[in-house]
Amino acid sequence: MASRLASKSPAATLVKDSAAAALVAALLALPLLGFRMTDTARGLVLDYRFPLVLWSAGVVFAGRLLFTLAGAAIGRRLAARPPRAAARRWPLSGGRGRALAGWAMVGFALVLPLTPFGDRNLVDKATLLLIYIMLGWGLNIVVGLAGLLDLGYVAFYAVGAYSYALLSQAFGLSFWLCLPIAGLMAATFGMVLGFPVLRLRGDYLAIVTLGFGEIIRVVLLNWQSLTGGPDGVYDIKRPSFFGLPFSAFAPEGHQTFAQFFGLAYSPNQRIYFLYYLILILALATNLFTLRIRRLPIGRAWEALREDEIACRSLGINPTKTKLSAFAIGAMFAGFAGSFFATRQGFISPESFTFIESAIILSIVVLGGMGSQVGIVLAAVLLVGLPEWFRDLQLYRMLAFGGAMVLIMLWRPRGLLAHRDPTILLADHPAPSPADPTAPSEVSP
Amino acid sequence: MSRAPLLAVEHLSMRFGGLLAVNDLSFTAHQREITAIIGPNGAGKTTLFNCLTGFYKPSVGRLTLTPPDGGRFLLERMEGFRITKDAKVARTFQNIRLFSGMSVLENLIVAQHNGLMRASTYSLAGLFGLPRYRQAERRAVEKARYWLDKVGLTDLADGLAGNLPYGSQRRLEIARAMCTDPALLCLDEPAAGLNPRESLELNTLLMDIRRDQGIGILLIEHDMSVVMQISDHVVVLDHGAPLSQGTPEAVRNDPAVIRAYLGAADDEALPPDIAADLAAEGKAAPC
Amino acid sequence: MDYFLQQLINGLTLGSIYGLIAIGYTMVYGIIGMINFAHGDLYMVGAFISMIAFMLLAVLGITSVPLALALVLVMAMLFTAVYGWAIERIAYRPLRGSFKLAPLISAIGMSIVLENYVQIAQGARVKPMQPLIQGGFDLSLQPGHHTSLSLLQILIMLLTVGLMAVFSWIITKTPLGRAQRATEQDMTMATLLGVNVDRIISATFIIGACLAAVAGLMVTLYYGVIDFYIGFIAGMKAFTAAVLGGIGSLPGAMLGGLLIGLIEAFWSGYFSIEYKDVATFGILVMVLIFRPTGLLGKPEIEKV
Repeated sequence: MASRLASKSPAATLVKDSAAAALVAALLALPLLGFRMTDTARGLVLDYRFPLVLWSAGVVFAGRLLFTLAGAAIGRRLAARPPRAAARRWPLSGGRGRALAGWAMVGFALVLPLTPFGDRNLVDKATLLLIYIMLGWGLNIVVGLAGLLDLGYVAFYAVGAYSYALLSQAFGLSFWLCLPIAGLMAATFGMVLGFPVLRLRGDYLAIVTLGFGEIIRVVLLNWQSLTGGPDGVYDIKRPSFFGLPFSAFAPEGHQTFAQFFGLAYSPNQRIYFLYYLILILALATNLFTLRIRRLPIGRAWEALREDEIACRSLGINPTKTKLSAFAIGAMFAGFAGSFFATRQGFISPESFTFIESAIILSIVVLGGMGSQVGIVLAAVLLVGLPEWFRDLQLYRMLAFGGAMVLIMLWRPRGLLAHRDPTILLADHPAPSPADPTAPSEVSP
Repeated sequence: MSRAPLLAVEHLSMRFGGLLAVNDLSFTAHQREITAIIGPNGAGKTTLFNCLTGFYKPSVGRLTLTPPDGGRFLLERMEGFRITKDAKVARTFQNIRLFSGMSVLENLIVAQHNGLMRASTYSLAGLFGLPRYRQAERRAVEKARYWLDKVGLTDLADGLAGNLPYGSQRRLEIARAMCTDPALLCLDEPAAGLNPRESLELNTLLMDIRRDQGIGILLIEHDMSVVMQISDHVVVLDHGAPLSQGTPEAVRNDPAVIRAYLGAADDEALPPDIAADLAAEGKAAPC
Repeated sequence: MDYFLQQLINGLTLGSIYGLIAIGYTMVYGIIGMINFAHGDLYMVGAFISMIAFMLLAVLGITSVPLALALVLVMAMLFTAVYGWAIERIAYRPLRGSFKLAPLISAIGMSIVLENYVQIAQGARVKPMQPLIQGGFDLSLQPGHHTSLSLLQILIMLLTVGLMAVFSWIITKTPLGRAQRATEQDMTMATLLGVNVDRIISATFIIGACLAAVAGLMVTLYYGVIDFYIGFIAGMKAFTAAVLGGIGSLPGAMLGGLLIGLIEAFWSGYFSIEYKDVATFGILVMVLIFRPTGLLGKPEIEKV
């Protein structure tokens, strides 16, 4: 009797639960999927598509049923195993494993253009991906290390892009000269914005940075005389290889890259050059972060993320510390921005909308806050994969948003949330008792 | 000795809206002494700490710190982090505030932030890995090791601070505060939640600090066994006002203290339920 | 003077709409401490449902404007509420008590999903609607000037005031409101005292969605055009309004909304339309610097 009840009621609950989910799905679908406002010559007309409502209800019913059953099955299997084995073992979870994966990725990125499938198209897409990886690494300093929620990171990217575009147009400055200037400009903007608002609570910071991102975009859109407004800036100087341009013909008295190296001219050369350029920039960002994490300022950022009040009680100046993270993060966005400008040759406010900020932030959080390798994975997932489905423009963004939600539900701390300590006592063997560097305050 | 006391609190009052959390409190604390602040819940002990360490700006009063190596600081006028950085006041928190996602050792290194920042020339020397910074870091690790040994956490140094058991977290927080090289150490209920053995270890640790480091300790504590055993001077607060102060002996026998703690027929005393709780725990019974 | 009056009227109308959306932000923030990024999109969903409902009623032959209005109001609130409830249930509840940024990212994802879902389901083009309520009063003070207060504007303001009244009553006088305030103060304690916190949070999202739906209906009537992207900017301004008024405070949200509406109207009227958003955010930054808790927010005593 008892066993029959036990075996029957879960099934009944399951069906009831799935039916409830299906009902909700139907209610959700009814107004927006069941009807469609269609443009016709007579104006808007209402179309009816009720089968879609039934379909969504049906899909949700079946999905809910299957997921619950599968979940229960997995749960049973996990419960049957000894607890040690039940804990998920990720191939990349250890510190050494991830370092290895990191080197493998660098190696792969270095040889990618030389591989048979490394054609022009792929390398171009990889370049775009690397821009996002670099932005992710830059924002990681602000969000991942210092724990400051920045929803307007794209503003600094825009500052960098316009700095290069306008400086090179107005004064004919080269990319290599503009790159540090663009970084400095972005960092200065970061300071100017950060100084008043970094005292604020975290959520307020989010909204102010969001607003700042919009302000920058609106100003770019409307300051016609400087920025060209919605038309943007055209004919931005392309980068040269230490003064050697990547073009078919050199100006009088100059050589092109191809001529100098005695190569046949190919438009691919510039593509490959841009690829290696962003690879170097991105790796420099990464190297910087890896190093600064082990310095007092980097540790103070992480401590600030953990507990600001405790930081104050240890004599750490919270405002200055946050400001440095904010400015340095902005600087890397500035570098990436000027690269973006030189790669595209054309920029407009269109490229610097909130959705870009959202994508970069998602890369950081999905990757696992503070994890450099995780950011690469998340960027491949969020930017790389959708890039291949460009034709499905509409569904692409839908899937993108859905993936963000699902990954968060699956791993709220991100894909690779593991953090390695920045210093190990094990690496610092105790000095001999007679060591003179013993702490001086140990007075008799 | 005619030297100024390490800490002089004069006429301190702190008002939150209509509530007078600390009312005209004056006392002094000295170097190489443990000064205990006791009193029932809500007596204003933590508020006093928050005023001392810059989390609150006192409504009235003067807080003067005179460290032995010179200088004189008016704490009520200083920004919070400067009180630790310049005036060398360190503190712990009632509800432990460790950097729980960082390792035990990292907690102690972060506490030496200001010195290391200077050594790394604000990160430049550090970024390029100059020897000057590496030496400074090595010294910082040695200081951390000294305190890890003191609090018995050397073996757990590379684990997460958040994974430590409660008692170890309390000790780590004290070690972290000590890594800032304080002249005055403020401990907010360090024995709360400790078992008797841990509590005993804490007493030893605090007495060692008093003896070896020669600093002053300000101690908020409910556990009378700790207070009576190790403190040199006791300040009793009740409803924000000083009720009594003196040696543990004197305070223990002060009728005003007994009345406040046991809730004698006095409207101003503790609510009977709390007094009963205290009496039942046997902690508050001062005799 | 006429011009000033006109901007005042326009600003108050716009502000009412922002205020209604802002309440959703402030309530959710108050109770679970998260920025419900998808809330602006609920308002967009409400606007679409309202327009579809109007068209459906026209097909069904219901021509009485008050009746149609009432029916649309109910339908929009009902269906948008389902959206609000479902979003919380699917994307936020599993993440409650989890890592701080996770719900925010989930919310941004939800917002992207909603925008693209509506775009796919209803098309990307702007949807126009014939003005339903016309007429109004001429308030011109001087000859040659023109100031008008339309019936629609009166309706919007009255509806807002009415909803605010109902809403304040719910929060202060009903058991639901009490449970809500208790949950806001201390979720664990509320659970221990027998408050069904899950249900209270669901109710919060439903109320927020209802108010957003009303705002969506209003904007459909007021501007007569909607598209799938209106939620983003309006949501951002409404959140600004909530922060300006003091996040967590309901009168604050309304006040913030009105102020943002007024700032926008006057800035557009006297300075430049292009930079109205800059003005809004500029003022927000100023307020946050000089009064970080917002206008009506309670000053926060740092718990150490």
